Amino acid sequence: MLVLSVLAIPLLSAVILAFLGQKPWAYLLNAGLTFLTFIDSLFLAKKVLESGPVLALKETFYVDSFNIFLISLTAFVGLTTAIFSGPYMKIEEKKGKITPKILRLYHSAYQIFLFTMLLALSSNNLGILWVAIEGATLATVLLVSLYRTRASIEAAWKYFILCGVGISQALFGTILLYFAAEKILGSGGGALLWTHLFQIRFELEPTVLKIAFVFLLVGYGTKVGLAPLHNWLPDAHAEGPTPISAVLSGLLLNVALYALVRCKVLVDGALHSNLASEMMMGFGLLTMVVAVFSMLRRKDVKRLFAYSSIEHMGIATFAFGMGGPLATFAALLHMTVHSLTKSSIFFSVGHAAQINQTQQMSEIRGLIRKVPRLGWGLMLGSFAILGMPPFGVFASEFIVLTVAMKQAPWTTPILLLCLAVAFGVIFFRVGNMVLGEGVRMALPYPPALFPVFLHLALVLVLGLFIPPFLAHWYQSAARFIG
Amino acid sequence: MLPAHDSPFGVEMVNLLGAFILLVAFAMLASRRTLSLIRLFAFQGFFLSMSIFLVAFLSGESNLYYSAFFTLVLKVILLPWILRDLSQRLKIGGDIETLVNVPVTMIIGIGVVVFSFSLAEPILKAASTVTRSLIGVGLACVLLSFLVMITRKKAMTQIIGFLSMENGLLFSATNATYGMPMVVELAIALDVLIGAIIFGIFFFQIRETFESLDLKYFEKLKEDEE
Repeated sequence: MLVLSVLAIPLLSAVILAFLGQKPWAYLLNAGLTFLTFIDSLFLAKKVLESGPVLALKETFYVDSFNIFLISLTAFVGLTTAIFSGPYMKIEEKKGKITPKILRLYHSAYQIFLFTMLLALSSNNLGILWVAIEGATLATVLLVSLYRTRASIEAAWKYFILCGVGISQALFGTILLYFAAEKILGSGGGALLWTHLFQIRFELEPTVLKIAFVFLLVGYGTKVGLAPLHNWLPDAHAEGPTPISAVLSGLLLNVALYALVRCKVLVDGALHSNLASEMMMGFGLLTMVVAVFSMLRRKDVKRLFAYSSIEHMGIATFAFGMGGPLATFAALLHMTVHSLTKSSIFFSVGHAAQINQTQQMSEIRGLIRKVPRLGWGLMLGSFAILGMPPFGVFASEFIVLTVAMKQAPWTTPILLLCLAVAFGVIFFRVGNMVLGEGVRMALPYPPALFPVFLHLALVLVLGLFIPPFLAHWYQSAARFIG
Repeated sequence: MLPAHDSPFGVEMVNLLGAFILLVAFAMLASRRTLSLIRLFAFQGFFLSMSIFLVAFLSGESNLYYSAFFTLVLKVILLPWILRDLSQRLKIGGDIETLVNVPVTMIIGIGVVVFSFSLAEPILKAASTVTRSLIGVGLACVLLSFLVMITRKKAMTQIIGFLSMENGLLFSATNATYGMPMVVELAIALDVLIGAIIFGIFFFQIRETFESLDLKYFEKLKEDEE
């Protein structure tokens, strides 16, 4: 029943905020309600830790070591983003970019978005998983076009159409999966339940699963931001409000990757070859290369970091593709630290853009002088995302590299090249933005920068020491993902 | 569950409806007026609903009757009504779209159908449904709708393409597996409905800011290159 309450709180919150979202104190309510979700998710985590995987409501929901940390992470980043978004959206409102009515839509859709992600993560039914991910797209489309500018509407349309088409392919893949499973499990609900499918994964018809996986990879891959279907991502990130960029990058991409990996486990069982792994490795590498070389010519700071998200999703996909306990462990760690770091960066970038009145990097200067905490936050965040020790991203990328050297040596130069290019570009750009002259400035409302440093502190901790319970989850998830 | 009716005539009828669905998908590729596209979409929904109904009768799967009924309500009545209402309010019903290279598009369309059938070949070997030979048609319909979306530049046309893709998926699901579990089908229908409401809101937003629903004005968002 704990699973149900984790889902019920955001859903009810969406209803409450649909009525009260325009009030001046609605941001506090939004943060407070998200806090409840987070606390609830911790109770769920405790339960999973103590008694192992949880099945709920006639096997409709399934929470195990693979999704529990993602559920807590989603609730956590959802909470910190809600805290950050309070002052941020107030400043936007003061600038006249949004009205209280739009703010009401924002708050309500934010909760629906959290609900759909948590539903996708906790659902045992692969059909519902698909529906929830499509629902997450629908919930965020109107958030991307929140400012009603030409560029934002265009970005939202692109997002809607591209992800809609992509995700339709995933539905076809899911239908094929059901088709293969139905022969063994019989028709009815059981044949889409992951726990049942997992039991019979070795008996599934290989040819059908092969075709299904291609569709699933293209479909969920669009949502993960894998090249060449990543085009929606930079636009949606750059034109939407910053809190939404933070949750899109930090959470939604993870959820889509989660869906893909859940399906891969089944396909791996059925196919007696490495097809799925090799395809994921290939797409991961391609994505990294495309992303880092696209970074070179970016002028918009949010676009730059959107490409960085694509790159990191590429790394995680590649690591899942390589497989084995170590690479999978690294991929799971990478999902966690990327989520925390990237949302922290978007928090700083959002306020930096507000204070300089532009998202153009060439016009953002001297952040450390202007607002010291903000400048340092952005600089440390960038260090973390570039994989500098002792931050957690270093640990996960280091493991990925070592495993790659052993299992697929030919990929190592490509990986190193990508990391080096990304390093050069981001280091140079961020250096220009945070350093330099500037006079002390203040935002109209004091920004909530506490989440920026909280995230970075967590990433730092994960780089130095992974708590045993988390390591245990990663390892036991890695065991069945393989 | 009712006993299965293994009548060759029924199967022939489902095949015929499948052919109609494919034909409509091709007609969409060449159709220029928004209102006639909406009409085609309604026809496709009708054929789809009829074919699901027939498959339900042939296979004895009682769940499929509900599915046929929902398709009828959603795809033949509700969605075309929403689309028609929107195009009236936005005054785009009579819009005529200039199409380039209809013959080339058609030839690509034929290629897509051939590709779909060859891709469906290994799947239908494994299938046990009476209508398994139609899996290729479903896939072809999905890809043809995709082609509609790529070749068109009007917001309304892209949405109709998107919805027609959903039709193709439903058709595949029915013929390959006698339909997905009820919960999933209902949830998918809910998604489509919410999607329809959202793109409705969207049309007004686009119209308000661009003063047109033609996506050729959408070129502003080129990547910011130096």
